[in-house]
Amino acid sequence: MKKKADLLAKLRRWDAGEFDLTDRLEEGFTPDEPQDSAYPWDREAPVERLERAQIRVWQRLYPYLAALLCAVTVVFLLYAVMDLPAFGQAGTPSQNEVMERYVSKGVFETGAVNLVAGVILDYRAFDTLGESHVLFTAAAAVLMLLLGAAPGRSERELEGIVSSDLIVQNTARIVVPVVLLFGVYVILNGHLGPGGGFSGGAIIGAGLILYTLAFGFARLGRYLNFKTYRIIVLGSLLFYSLSKCYSFFCGANHLETIFRTGVPGRIFSAGLILPLNLAVGTVVACTMYGFYALFQRGKI
Amino acid sequence: MLQTLWDNRIQCVAMLLFAVGFATLLLHPNLMKKIIGLNIMDTAAYLFLTSIGYIEGRLAPIVTNASTDPARYANPLPAGLVLTGIVVSVSVTALMLALTVRLYERYHTLDLDKIYLMARQEEEGGV
Repeated sequence: MKKKADLLAKLRRWDAGEFDLTDRLEEGFTPDEPQDSAYPWDREAPVERLERAQIRVWQRLYPYLAALLCAVTVVFLLYAVMDLPAFGQAGTPSQNEVMERYVSKGVFETGAVNLVAGVILDYRAFDTLGESHVLFTAAAAVLMLLLGAAPGRSERELEGIVSSDLIVQNTARIVVPVVLLFGVYVILNGHLGPGGGFSGGAIIGAGLILYTLAFGFARLGRYLNFKTYRIIVLGSLLFYSLSKCYSFFCGANHLETIFRTGVPGRIFSAGLILPLNLAVGTVVACTMYGFYALFQRGKI
Repeated sequence: MLQTLWDNRIQCVAMLLFAVGFATLLLHPNLMKKIIGLNIMDTAAYLFLTSIGYIEGRLAPIVTNASTDPARYANPLPAGLVLTGIVVSVSVTALMLALTVRLYERYHTLDLDKIYLMARQEEEGGV
């Protein structure tokens, strides 16, 4: 690989301080090379000399300009903070009738005791659908970027790293079941207390990552390979889309669910919020694990 | 003036945190540190939003004792917005990290100045 060696040589010269951005034009120039070289930058034109001077000035000025920009930004932001209403007070413009409506009617209309879950998965479920799709699109983009990339380490090396540490393995044996169970609890409890699909999914994803760190990809692959990953993620997204997009075709009417809200505080209540939390949770958990697998070994 | 700033000190901290992240983003040539700077900026935005939703002495917006009195609970709306922000931030971070991996594979460095220099040389040299 001549190109790679070339780049590495350049980097060494950079680190030794032998050239900086302004020495770009001397790059590749050696005394015994003829003047009519194929490289245009060997014959230094006045325009290029000007450009060199500009680059040098810019390089010297940039940190000061950047610091100045930050200082100006923070001064403006602090000035804006001075105009804000006092912190933690009721009756400020942000604590307005929207909030009152959500708090006073939320439990009757959505059935969710956790008002935040009611807001994000019932009143504003369409936003959350877009959010899930952002996550899915990011996962797809990372998949495209990293799937073809050559991983830094081979499969065997990876397995050797992940499956040789006794401390990690024994800790994972104790911790992973608890973590996964807690994640499931947080998802199922989303409409009753603090929690929900996003936080619970992140906890389950962390548990899966810990499991692969301790026991390797092969062992988790028995349950979660690329095929099951696709089925789970696409199935969850499809369920969410179907259950919330019908209002799209009704002219944004019928945003309320057809399911009864049930008795607030029971686990089977709050209409669609529990299934939607489950769908979001599986998408988030799979995406978290997928990110880890893609960055670690270039495939899921 | 200072009294106002002191009363809104949490929001001031959020603004300063934003500036710290912005400075990190602008001043570090290392791509990894730029991503960290952007994440610090995200965190500042979350802190600001949650501080907007907080009301002194009120409970978290989870209905207890079947009381739906709006004067009892904090604002549930900023919490939902922060959730959106966190998810978008995670997605953007993952995408940026993947792009960084690809850049590192091509140029064997994380220094943006060096990458820029090499990309420019490739462009001019027609390599």
